[in-house]
Amino acid sequence: MSGDFVNLLADLKEEEVLKLTQQRLDSKEDPLKILEDARKGMEIVGKRFAGGEYFLPELVFSGELLAQVTNIVKPHLTGAGVQQKKIGKVVIATVAGDIHDIGLNIVDFMLDVNGFEVTNLGVDVPIEKIVKAVKETGAPVLGLSGFLTPAFDAMKETVEALEKAGLRKNLKIMIGGGQMDDEVRKYAKADAFGKDAMAAVTLTKQWYGVK
Amino acid sequence: MEKQWSEMTWQERREERFKKWLNPPAKLPNPAMEKLYKERLTRMIKAIKMEIPDRVPMHLAANSFVAYNNGYTLYDVLYDYSKIKPSWIKFLEEFEQDSADAPGFFAARVYEILDYKVNAWPGHGLPKTSTLPNFVEKEYMQADEYDLLMKDPFNFSLRKFTPRTWGAFEPFTGVPSFSSYSGLPERLMMMCQDPNFKKLFKTIMEASDENVKHQKVMMECAQESLKRGFPPLMGGVMLAPFDTVADMLRGTSGVVKDMFRQPQKLLESLEIIADNSIKSTVGMVNMATSPIVFVPMHKGADSFMSVPQFEKFYWPTFRKLIMGVVNEGCVPMMIIDGSYNEARLKIISELPKSCVIWTMEKTDMALAKKILGNSACIAGNVTAAMLYTQTPQQIKEYSRKLIETCAPGGGYILALGSGIDKCNPANLHAVVEAGLEYGKY
Repeated sequence: MSGDFVNLLADLKEEEVLKLTQQRLDSKEDPLKILEDARKGMEIVGKRFAGGEYFLPELVFSGELLAQVTNIVKPHLTGAGVQQKKIGKVVIATVAGDIHDIGLNIVDFMLDVNGFEVTNLGVDVPIEKIVKAVKETGAPVLGLSGFLTPAFDAMKETVEALEKAGLRKNLKIMIGGGQMDDEVRKYAKADAFGKDAMAAVTLTKQWYGVK
Repeated sequence: MEKQWSEMTWQERREERFKKWLNPPAKLPNPAMEKLYKERLTRMIKAIKMEIPDRVPMHLAANSFVAYNNGYTLYDVLYDYSKIKPSWIKFLEEFEQDSADAPGFFAARVYEILDYKVNAWPGHGLPKTSTLPNFVEKEYMQADEYDLLMKDPFNFSLRKFTPRTWGAFEPFTGVPSFSSYSGLPERLMMMCQDPNFKKLFKTIMEASDENVKHQKVMMECAQESLKRGFPPLMGGVMLAPFDTVADMLRGTSGVVKDMFRQPQKLLESLEIIADNSIKSTVGMVNMATSPIVFVPMHKGADSFMSVPQFEKFYWPTFRKLIMGVVNEGCVPMMIIDGSYNEARLKIISELPKSCVIWTMEKTDMALAKKILGNSACIAGNVTAAMLYTQTPQQIKEYSRKLIETCAPGGGYILALGSGIDKCNPANLHAVVEAGLEYGKY
């Protein structure tokens, strides 16, 4: 059952996935096991995306399926054991002056299913708020998202503010979205540019030293 | 006897529209300007027809840059119309190019009065320092409203889409359908008795008074362009049917769900949107001087959908729309956001020769020239990131290489890949310099 579930999710078979989720709950299976399988299915989605078989529509739709499965399973979770062990923390935000959230949210759930604890600060996030979040979470990885040209300076200023706050040294910063590219990465003095959500996962894993 | 419109080929219809473009209704101030106007426009027209002009034409779609170049912010020009014209004149006088319309600044106060929800801009949902407006993507159409959109677009717009996107029009949400052939006078009178509609009509009047002030400035800007011998470029705007749904109606997340859950419904509606867009676009161009139709393209790009998805959802109805307006003598000028790979370029290269312009943002231009070189005029791709982060020397060299790659044989317009805001003006000058220096045939 569990293998089917993983593959059905990876193949984006919505009806079957939801039906099977309910069946597994009805047969008193451990809800955490279902979530773990959902995570495995999402990992396959991520791999297919990185391999060029899946594109943004599949990625977005898989996120929709995951959200539905999680919603069905959640009420069945008991307090204990809800917290899965995470590899480490990542802070992500769309920079000030930019309200685009689609890419940001995809990065959020792809990092999450790949085992990271994500603090998603949302869109149009003021520099001070990003600095504060990096400080408070102690996350060694920061992802900055932006779609349009105003993000170039907002990213640059955010990196500078982190430097000023003495937080830059132990922090890896990746940028991505719309008009961002490696030129902008140099301009903003970030560590890496990622062309899509899976690049964000690969970079974060690399920086954490996990495979 | 002259040929009737209905008997003309698309090329003949286009020639008629080119004639109109070459002889604008407004008089130019002197013969020298008239000559300059014709020289610039001939360059553009030759590039479009893939013939060899005297030099590579240039077009700079500069957006917010126009304000920053004059020491203002975008916020300044959106809220204080008196700052627009001086900025526009400065831009026109500083940057040589082969066409110019009027700046693309909207009237922020009009949007505020009518509570427009689809955009955020500096001072309204974005910090005052923001340099570009942002589109607010939402599901403005519900998943189960395709039938309504297809069968009765007017009622869909009046009672669903408009109240959701313009807050002031909220009272229309509850009104019964307007489809009946009779009863309109009574309906309108009843509405005028309703306090909610009284308020709405007052608000529309207020917005309209504000809009007149803004329109006056924009008209003056267009005249300033013409006075300096710049032909107008934008005769109309349209969107690929898929983008109409994915940008405006259902949003990215909505359209993706529909691709999986109700692909047939989506495809059917794209057909109808294409048919309606042909009519509305040709209508726009009929009223304009220029036959060029701007087509910003978003969600068919490499980073969005697969090639099979492009072939299924994006291209067929977009092609139908393109050919619909081409057959009426219009010239679609696409602006491809992001990039198109070889497979996509091959698909779009199958249109009749020289009927459109493809402006590229990040597409590999050598590849574009190779694949589209015998199909259509290409333009771009000096990117915003480059203009923002590099030096004038680097920009000039990049523009030189672009000309070297794309200009041979004709069919290239030196242009930006997207709008720009706060870049170093010297970088934009470098583009123009390269065009003037290396663009001669």
